[in-house]
Amino acid sequence: MYNHILSIILFTPLVGAVLLMLMPKENKDAIRWMGNIFGFLGFAVSLPLIPWFWALKDRVGFQFVEGAPNNWIPSIGSGYVIGIDGISFLLIMLTTLLGAISILSSWNAIQDRVKEYYVWFLVLQTGMLGVFMANDMFLFFVFWEAMLVPMYLLIGIWGGPRKLYAAIKFFLYTLFGSVLMLLGILFLYFHHHTLTGVYTFYLPDLYATAPKIGGHAAIWLFFAFFVGFAIKVPMFPFHTWLPDAHVEAPTAGSVILAGVLLKMGTYGLIRFSLPFFPAVAMTPWVRQFVIVLSLIAIIYGALVSLMQKDMKKLVAYSSVSHLGFCTLGIFALSPLGLSGSVLQQINHGISTGALFLIVGILYERRHTREISEYGGISNVMPVYATITLIMFMSSMGLPLLNGFVGEFTILQGTFMENKVWAAWAVPGVILAAAYLLWLYQRVFFGPVNNPKNEKLLDLSGRELATFIPLVIIAFWIGLYPKPFFQILSTPVNNLVATVRPDYPGLTKPVLAAQPVNPNPEAATPLPEPPKSPATQTSPAGGTPSQTGVTQTHPPVRVVRRPSTSLGQAFSAASGTNSSVGSWALSPEPPSTKNQTQKPVPVNTAKANLAAAPAALGK
Amino acid sequence: MTTSLTTFSLSYSSTDYLLALPMLMLTVFALGILMIDLLLPQKWKRINAITALIGVAFSAAAVGKLHLAYHAAEKHGIEIATFTGFMGSLVVDRFAIYFFYLFLMGAGIAILMSMRYLEIERENHGEFYALMLLSVVGMMCMAAGYDIVLIFIGLELMAISTYVLVGFLRRDKRSNEAALKYLLLGAFSSGIFAYGLSLFYGLTGSTNLGQIAQKLQEVIATRPNDPIVIFALLTTTTGLLFKIAAVPFHQWAPDAYEGAPTSITGFMSVAVKSAGWAMLLRIFLFGLYPLRSMYVPVLIFVAVATMTGGNLAAITQDNLKRLLAYSSIAHVGYMLLGLIASDGQTNSTGIMAIMIYLLVYTFMNLGAFAVITSLRRRNIIGDTVDDIAGLYFKAPTEAILMLIFLLSLAGIPPLAGFWGKYFIFLSLIETGHYTLAAIAVLYAVISMYYYMRIANAMLMRQPIDAAPVHTRPAMRLALTITAAGTVGIGLFPNFFINVANWSLGLVEGTQHMARMLR
Repeated sequence: MYNHILSIILFTPLVGAVLLMLMPKENKDAIRWMGNIFGFLGFAVSLPLIPWFWALKDRVGFQFVEGAPNNWIPSIGSGYVIGIDGISFLLIMLTTLLGAISILSSWNAIQDRVKEYYVWFLVLQTGMLGVFMANDMFLFFVFWEAMLVPMYLLIGIWGGPRKLYAAIKFFLYTLFGSVLMLLGILFLYFHHHTLTGVYTFYLPDLYATAPKIGGHAAIWLFFAFFVGFAIKVPMFPFHTWLPDAHVEAPTAGSVILAGVLLKMGTYGLIRFSLPFFPAVAMTPWVRQFVIVLSLIAIIYGALVSLMQKDMKKLVAYSSVSHLGFCTLGIFALSPLGLSGSVLQQINHGISTGALFLIVGILYERRHTREISEYGGISNVMPVYATITLIMFMSSMGLPLLNGFVGEFTILQGTFMENKVWAAWAVPGVILAAAYLLWLYQRVFFGPVNNPKNEKLLDLSGRELATFIPLVIIAFWIGLYPKPFFQILSTPVNNLVATVRPDYPGLTKPVLAAQPVNPNPEAATPLPEPPKSPATQTSPAGGTPSQTGVTQTHPPVRVVRRPSTSLGQAFSAASGTNSSVGSWALSPEPPSTKNQTQKPVPVNTAKANLAAAPAALGK
Repeated sequence: MTTSLTTFSLSYSSTDYLLALPMLMLTVFALGILMIDLLLPQKWKRINAITALIGVAFSAAAVGKLHLAYHAAEKHGIEIATFTGFMGSLVVDRFAIYFFYLFLMGAGIAILMSMRYLEIERENHGEFYALMLLSVVGMMCMAAGYDIVLIFIGLELMAISTYVLVGFLRRDKRSNEAALKYLLLGAFSSGIFAYGLSLFYGLTGSTNLGQIAQKLQEVIATRPNDPIVIFALLTTTTGLLFKIAAVPFHQWAPDAYEGAPTSITGFMSVAVKSAGWAMLLRIFLFGLYPLRSMYVPVLIFVAVATMTGGNLAAITQDNLKRLLAYSSIAHVGYMLLGLIASDGQTNSTGIMAIMIYLLVYTFMNLGAFAVITSLRRRNIIGDTVDDIAGLYFKAPTEAILMLIFLLSLAGIPPLAGFWGKYFIFLSLIETGHYTLAAIAVLYAVISMYYYMRIANAMLMRQPIDAAPVHTRPAMRLALTITAAGTVGIGLFPNFFINVANWSLGLVEGTQHMARMLR
């Protein structure tokens, strides 16, 4: 189990889909039960990953690696290799959770072609998880493309009146981006071959060679990847597919679309664009360009949200605005900005996912999403109104809830890079409060004007069950984000050190693969991971990370160095004070054990956090 | 395994017939069908199809025998260059064997598709299958021919059989019209092609591709821009492009595809097209290799025009067969890019890409045509987008299979069609043709649109007519084979990539061949 946890998580939904296919389609309730069981099972099998990954969170590089770089299609050098780091770990947990919730939420919403619905939904789940797990560029691309098909069908079959248009638009936009990316991947593949004589799509190998591409080629390649990811995010000029897709998609489809699919774009930027082309990402005009697009998205998305008459469209445009924060944080290119960005992606998945569920619940009861049709809903649906308020607050970034932590960290990271950028982003926060509170006022407050709304039922137990985990996580991240930042600090620091080798407080990136022909004698064993029952039972007795791919690379010994002032600032803002530091490959002989310095206590942490709302002008 | 087969001789030897065994098998069975057909009462006509399938199986066994001979020789460390026979005009190399398999597979599946279809059309005659087998004989001559006379005879044998097959629905005006158009334009293009070949014969004094290449090298060394050479090249190229339906010589394809019996449309789009490609690759990579720097610019223009014409015209089509005709034109454009990228000697990724493309295309396109064939019911022609609307509600399995074929045609991984496009892009990037690669991927996105139109109609619209769709066991077998190929190659391409590489492994360069001829 321990050694194959990722494959189990990845393929549980697919197994469910295959089993569902074999069931007779007449018995709708049995199919619903089966779909929900596998939806929940998909989440349940990912739970053991939490303690296991927590134990390894300070390790650099991919963990739980399975497969070998060449085991799938040896003739082209592609393999089934999956592995995760802190960033993908959080996104995977988000995916499994939202998958289970959205499957649960579709019990009543989907009435025809039920069997197909659950089949495609589970297939989609596998596709998305694969994107976050793949450690092979080719495997990544296959998942990235293959996942389009079930989403296209979800929108196109179970969507609203303009579903055909929306489905095709979604498909074509995303495909456009991904084919350019394919060319970029192939270029990297041949470039790797030119430098090393090896044909491979293995990600850590490409990390080593891709940054050596220079000049115009690098810029072209950066944009080939960037367009693919920017369409998916979606960033400003490429965002037009999003409102259509969201408005037409069924509720659960919107939840997954906003909660997970959009994150693939930001994930791609973090996982591929930055480490492949660090020099381009740091080129002032490129960085400026991307950040300006992000700022436009933040403000434009919020302004357009303000004037929507359709609730779902409002939430869709608010996604554009929120994802603008995420890309801003990424291209702030500081540890703070990046970890804030990843956390904000999780937050957006939680709160916007919940917002789509909220809209879906009203839609299920009234079959309209026009804001003007509603008013005074809090009188008839008090529980619903309360949950909605919490999620609205979370989405607009109110302290104590998750949105605040993410946005504040991003803004802080951006502020330290460039004050003007941060200044332009702040109105987005205020506008978010405006459109959400205004929406809340129009829908929930006042008297019940519309007689159709008088008999609305409050949340059922099943509906409540879809919200409770989201509310709990919203409060958790809002009150105690430290574990999240701890998980993120290693990969994020590493990434920043790769992109900006001169960044103070961080040393030597270790994202890149090790030298091609390692000397096995020089390698020292990895520190044993904390004993868990699974490792003890593993037959070879080796640590899980020593199996498979990692054997071809010498183990990385990690030495913690004292954190510097910027590192302290980071820990202060993020509320973490233990895991910040810098990581480096140690060339020292084996006699020096991993010297772990005591965490630097940061007295200012709480003071800073407390002062934050004031700093934002709230 | 003796080495006697490996020795190359310019004379006729008694073992030569072994090389022609696949063709002889097919010919025998074709003639047999014609005779048996006379004895069969109307309700037993299905026996013709079964006989044809047995013929295909025997022919495949003969190809397998040749295939094993290569393996046996390799095992014993005997270096077999090629099996040549009939005074060097027939070359059964790995390249030819690969194509033999493709043709037989295409023919076999098309026969399975035709069984029920011909009964519905009330045209269940034995000639149909006999002509199909004879056209495969022609294709084999095209793939294995190393002499322009043999290639041309093979081409005409294939083309004439196909003309008749296209017009096989005697009572259908569209079929008649298509056959006439195809005949006129095909004969015209054959004439141009023969003219170009005769000029090459005049220039080089030989009909053997190896000797042509050798002499051409001398000719262009002494007279670099000889107008006769250019003229001969252009006319030959025109003829070749005509046969694979590349823009601007593609006009016959949509009409012929639309009018032909649907199973024959499928057969034409894969087997006949593969044969055209085999001939084109033989001539361009062997005989005309010295002129490569002259024909590549032409091919670049033609490839871009073909992708543009095929993809843009397909968008507006409402007839499924016409739509797939234009889409197959677009696919030819992609394949031409492989020929532009690679010359088969210094770099063969592009050629390998074409081989893989033709293989996956055989499965996915025949699969799509199989689904369209099954839409033909009594009183319903069943070849428009409206006919396929709501197919999911009538026949969910067929609809899902069609979705798989369409996604594969569009090149979505992990389906087989992706690998064709993948290797084309790979070869373009490898050889630095970045602009062409960018154009090609953009057209891949456009192509998605018209494939999705079919998928939309199938899965998301309500059916227009209530007539149920039934499939017979033969059709189900055809669908199973094509679907298994499409998904299987997609998920586990390694074996097939190796096979394609194998097929190119010992395709000697012209120099090598010329040395052997001396």
